[in-house]
Amino acid sequence: MIATIAFRELRSMFLSPLAWAVLAVTQIILSYYFFVYVYEFMELQSTLATLHNAPGATDLIARPTLETASMILLMVTPLLSMRLISEELRSGTIALLMSSPVSMTQIVLGKFAGILMFMLAFVLIISLMPLSLLGGTELDLGKLAAGLVSLVLLLASFASVGLYISSLTSNPIVAAVSSLGLILFFWIIGGSFGQEYSSFTHLSLSSHFGSMLRGLVDTADLGFFMLFIATFLVLTIRQLDSRRLQG
Amino acid sequence: MSSQPLISVNNLVRYYGDHCAVNDISFELAAGDILGFLGPNGAGKSTTMQMLSGNLAPTRGQIMINGVDLLDEPGAAKAALGYLPETPPLYKEMTVDEYLRYCAKLRRIKKSDIDDAMALARQRCGLEQVGRRLIANLSKGFQQRVGIAQAIVHSPEVIILDEPTVGLDPIQIREIRDLVTELGKSHGIILSTHILPEVETVCNRVQIINEGSLVYASGMEGLLEHQATGKYIISLGRPPSMDEMRAASIIDHVEQQDDEHFLVRINTTADKLAALAVDNDWGLCKLFPYEHSLEHIFVNLTLSDEKSA
Repeated sequence: MIATIAFRELRSMFLSPLAWAVLAVTQIILSYYFFVYVYEFMELQSTLATLHNAPGATDLIARPTLETASMILLMVTPLLSMRLISEELRSGTIALLMSSPVSMTQIVLGKFAGILMFMLAFVLIISLMPLSLLGGTELDLGKLAAGLVSLVLLLASFASVGLYISSLTSNPIVAAVSSLGLILFFWIIGGSFGQEYSSFTHLSLSSHFGSMLRGLVDTADLGFFMLFIATFLVLTIRQLDSRRLQG
Repeated sequence: MSSQPLISVNNLVRYYGDHCAVNDISFELAAGDILGFLGPNGAGKSTTMQMLSGNLAPTRGQIMINGVDLLDEPGAAKAALGYLPETPPLYKEMTVDEYLRYCAKLRRIKKSDIDDAMALARQRCGLEQVGRRLIANLSKGFQQRVGIAQAIVHSPEVIILDEPTVGLDPIQIREIRDLVTELGKSHGIILSTHILPEVETVCNRVQIINEGSLVYASGMEGLLEHQATGKYIISLGRPPSMDEMRAASIIDHVEQQDDEHFLVRINTTADKLAALAVDNDWGLCKLFPYEHSLEHIFVNLTLSDEKSA
């Protein structure tokens, strides 16, 4: 049942020009950045040769590429997630789901799985850029894998925020703007304060993402992402439930 | 026919904030019933329908669908339910076939049965020709039919239709009515509308709601019995004097309504009255039963309530 809802969601995304536009624009910008990183790496070659234990292509090309991808997707995810539930509320199609023998949890998980599949496709395409370097140089595949996993988790977190906000309003644009605000908040919250407010750093998506991107897969970071996603999914389920109560 | 009602609603109450939209409604729907749910706009029709379909949670009360409590076991209860809301819940970017397949899957139809279920729903709703077209490109009438197809694709025991004929042209309305009558043979149907003739032609039970409360509930036979009071309106081209009419043995009572129309109560069947009028050369133009038509009842109940409120 979850899969049924998820695949319909995915289909719908690809049936609208929005998903294609988003994919194309992000790819173009990202490949530009990728090219810049490769170019810089070539420039640095002579310096790197003199260094002992010099950083390789993974650190100088793959990592910044993924970092840039995360920034671009931070801005783009709200556009993809805005319609998830708000469109159903606006057009009344939510009535179909509500009167079918599916639970709220299945609806929400289905929607989430739908956008997650889209995100996975996204990450897959992005990963082709650093992987293409394998033709000419060596990559630290473990590090790259850690980076890709962290990117997936990060995008899933973005999507869960977007999903929740989308359930609050029947206006997709309002959902997009609010999602962007909330995602950005969770992104910047870490760096804004000094040591005394380090608890904020723990809540920050960017700090957890950053440490995994460096190749440090910590269960604390994994746990944080899981908890973050679960929280917003539960909030979404509760929101839909209370919508039934309040009408 | 089983004794268990398809829907049984007990003391249903729904508040929006302080506003009471539905106040203590109870009714039942048996298999083979087509229940017309009437009421002026804002009376609580749609609210009731939304609660029956699980889109709204009732403030108080119980809804049993096919013997299963909708609030305790929503999954099992909703499996026996097909619902067409006021605006059909259509994903306009999908084709009719894609959409119906999705609905069939949502309703847990077995994979091997989906094609048959879709074919039947398409055939019943006259959608054979448009299966591969985008829903967005269909006319309103066809979209409405897709909405109905969605509600019946899993052959539910209970079908809830909220104003299914709104915005359709007269021919489409007739088609939808025929469809509803056809479906009524094998399913229990609740039909909300504010079009009175619709209820009179397709429903066998009627229920009027006003300001959140049920003000009238009866079978259509009850309505007909109500009418068989022995009262007739007779229209005469050459009316005799009142005394002459009163003198006839079959006439108990007569009232003149205007120059030509008389309200007559007789103690026998209408053909005798017609024969009397013809024999005496009264110039019989029309003879029809004096009825408490649905419209009559509807207007009386809803207006008198407004006055007293």
